[in-house]
Amino acid sequence: MLGEKQIREILEQALRASPADETELVLEARDSALTRFANNTIHQNVAEVNTEVAVRVVVGRRIGSAITNRLSAEDLRRAVEEAVALARLQPENAEFPGLPEPQPIPPAAAFDEAAAGATPEWRARAVGAVCRLAEGHGLNAAGALSTGLYEVAVANSKGVFAYHAGTEAHFTTVVMGEEGSGYAHRAAWRLEDLDVEALGRSAIDKALRIRNPRPIPPGVYPVVLEPYAVEDILSWLGYAGAGALAVQEGRSWMNDRIGRPVMSPLVTIWDDGRDPRGLPLPFDFEGVPRQRVVIVERGVPQGPVYDTITAAREGRPSTGHALPRARPQTASLGPLPLHLFMAPGEATLEEMIQQVDRGLYITRFWYTRLVHPRDCVLTGMTRDGVFWIEGGEIAYPVRNLRFTQGYVPALAGVRAVGRERWRLSEGFGCVVAPALLLEAFTFTGVTEF
Amino acid sequence: MNEVIERALNVAQLRGATYADVRVVHRVEQALLVRNGVVQGISQIEDMGFGVRVIADGAWGFASSARLTVAEAERVAAQAVAIARASALFKKADVDIGPPVVQRGTYRTPIQVDPFAVPLEKKLEVLMAADAAMRAVRGIAATEAEMVFIRERKTFASTEGSWIEQEIVESGCGIEALAVGPDEVQRRSYPNSVGRHQMTRGWEFIEECDLPGNAPRIAEEAVALLSADPCPEAVTTVILGGSQVALQIHESCGHPIELDRVFGTEAAYAGTSFLTPEKLGAFRYGSEVVNITADATLPGGLGTFGWDDEGVPAQRVDIVKEGRFVGYMTSRETARQLLRLLGPSPYVTGLSNGTMRASGWNRIPLIRMTNVNLLPGTWRLEDLIADTDEGIFMDTNRSWSIDDKRLNFQFGCEIAWEIKGGKLTRMLKNPIYTGITPEFWRSCDAVCNADHWVIWGTPNCGKGQPPQLAHTGHGAAPARFRNVRVFSTR
Repeated sequence: MLGEKQIREILEQALRASPADETELVLEARDSALTRFANNTIHQNVAEVNTEVAVRVVVGRRIGSAITNRLSAEDLRRAVEEAVALARLQPENAEFPGLPEPQPIPPAAAFDEAAAGATPEWRARAVGAVCRLAEGHGLNAAGALSTGLYEVAVANSKGVFAYHAGTEAHFTTVVMGEEGSGYAHRAAWRLEDLDVEALGRSAIDKALRIRNPRPIPPGVYPVVLEPYAVEDILSWLGYAGAGALAVQEGRSWMNDRIGRPVMSPLVTIWDDGRDPRGLPLPFDFEGVPRQRVVIVERGVPQGPVYDTITAAREGRPSTGHALPRARPQTASLGPLPLHLFMAPGEATLEEMIQQVDRGLYITRFWYTRLVHPRDCVLTGMTRDGVFWIEGGEIAYPVRNLRFTQGYVPALAGVRAVGRERWRLSEGFGCVVAPALLLEAFTFTGVTEF
Repeated sequence: MNEVIERALNVAQLRGATYADVRVVHRVEQALLVRNGVVQGISQIEDMGFGVRVIADGAWGFASSARLTVAEAERVAAQAVAIARASALFKKADVDIGPPVVQRGTYRTPIQVDPFAVPLEKKLEVLMAADAAMRAVRGIAATEAEMVFIRERKTFASTEGSWIEQEIVESGCGIEALAVGPDEVQRRSYPNSVGRHQMTRGWEFIEECDLPGNAPRIAEEAVALLSADPCPEAVTTVILGGSQVALQIHESCGHPIELDRVFGTEAAYAGTSFLTPEKLGAFRYGSEVVNITADATLPGGLGTFGWDDEGVPAQRVDIVKEGRFVGYMTSRETARQLLRLLGPSPYVTGLSNGTMRASGWNRIPLIRMTNVNLLPGTWRLEDLIADTDEGIFMDTNRSWSIDDKRLNFQFGCEIAWEIKGGKLTRMLKNPIYTGITPEFWRSCDAVCNADHWVIWGTPNCGKGQPPQLAHTGHGAAPARFRNVRVFSTR
């Protein structure tokens, strides 16, 4: 870990040496490790230490950037010079509003000594316990357990200096039997919030319940979605339309819907990079403090999140949602919400099941891809546990289905929202999601298992 | 640098590793992107570091660092051994990587014009010209034009005595036009979608693509799609354009033949495979016109190299021969596992066919597609269309999804045309086709000839935890499939 003092010295020295009119430096450091298992044994165990500095310079209104993972003063000076040389070759970007000015950034707690210090032996023993449990039931466990710390700092020549250190721990497992599989996942920044064995047990329990899955025909069914499936919905709504660039270009599901009730009043979605129930990062990659932005309130889209350039187009302040801008392909995505929350409801999963006469209980979605942006239409598969509900009870497991469904119209039919929420990170960023009961979901195909 | 490598190997052995390899990777990437007539950015990315992979106590360990010093080499090698020992706490059997592989040599991508020597002004001129040509078409709401150039130098050394140096150069480019109607959004891309087409070639590849020359056509097609009829729902004959065939190969053949997936080590993330070992040599994967290879020796392919990241030489391997499934992509370890499972046969040698690649110094190598190719058939595209009484021609991928055993797939394309009486007729929007992998490939009755064959590059193939993006190639020509279910979203 480099620490705030050393990072400040490195970045300030590089800023002083820059000949550009404006200069921005974004440092990301990572010290992480991951233990991967399959067939009830560890097959991959890796560790990484890396630091990357992204340089963005402004010469007039010309912008250039360079990235290096070498930290000496000489290497950083060279990266700045490269960025300046690239900037000088470019035409002026007339709409560039300049780098952001400094703003107060209250710190957000996200560092846990236990997560930072987790050893390969701790990970091996945690994973080993799940493997032994699975083996004891004649099942086959696969998955990954990762721990690590990261530091992010943004400094610019207008006086911005933002620093954040955090930890992360993630666990994912798929437990497979002869005829089906179960799944569990959680993300945390405190190690004590990640109960690996309990997650393993829940995946094992699901796998044991899948015997003789039956095929059912494609069609439109009510569905109870576990929070894993809801994470996919929230992630795609965020990625494919809750950023200002998508709205400004007319390709967002929000276009023509802002201020209109298009989802159930039970649906409220917001982005909050400071909430410790997520994975906090209190500022964005331009050093702007992250604002809490309500994206959908009681079924009514409120508007997207902004970075400096999309905000300037509309004469408003950035909401602090810039992605790293030095890589052009990332910058071209525009601002995105990466800390999404959905408001909880009152129902338990059991109560949701009881409300369904004939429908499906779904653990999660898999390999989802955007088919059409305007309704946020996705196609994907179900995976790791699908059950038929009959008369308010789980009746039997069914084979996996393919769906093709607009996520916006799907959320118009929310009948109940779960009271419990899970912190998940298998999509874009971190999502804190409840379970949902939806009136109708369109399935367009079936597979052979 | 040599001292760092030698010290890491030495320390790993002193700490008890029975095998160790070191990869030092230095990668430079230049990216340019123009969006809506504005240069979004030009970036130069330099990344360097090393990774140490070991077997100790019969288990794998891997550690890596960006700090290229002798002291760090010692720390990282020791950490890799400690991690291997932690892995060994729950091992079931010792890792077996078979007989030693001892290779020494150098490989450099053959290029005509070094893309890093071409002035940035010239690159921007091409992008701006293409972008302007797209924006000149009335009805276009957003445009994007990009180029990427990569030079990766890597040194591989192992305790078995290998020492290999390679320089891989890649060039990629693409343009995209977006048309927005009252309740409709349509996109066209060239030469391929999802950003770009890419090859292990030099600047000559960019010139051959002729982005400005193709820009007006794709922009006009994007606008025309807004008022096109939706693809009808039907079971019909489909002819897929070459880049869509490449995507079909990638998803429904390339991934299921990765032997690590077959053995379950990707189960929790990328999934498993329907091509289980008992099918090897016996399973009818496709029709008799379907011949598929995995070929890391193809000049220009994005999956072309001299040696893989285990030091195994690049090879050409039969995967599907006259429709029959005959080969996997393997690593040293999985090749031995297959041999133990099935015993020796014409399809099982126990030796790796050289497909292990890592996305960088900080990642462990995994089995990755090299260039997985559908070999050319005999048809000219014009003759194939003329031979089709009724059907749909679809081109350029828009969405792709497939189940975790790679059976049920659903792919959407950017554009389609109805075929009536052997002729392309009206344009169709939002076309989607779906099927089950072996049924689909068994319904293939024609593949176009070598004149239509392109080695398409996929620079964004995701696999592994921590995630890795691999660069893969797919030689493909347009092909015809019968009795395919097609429909549209809107």
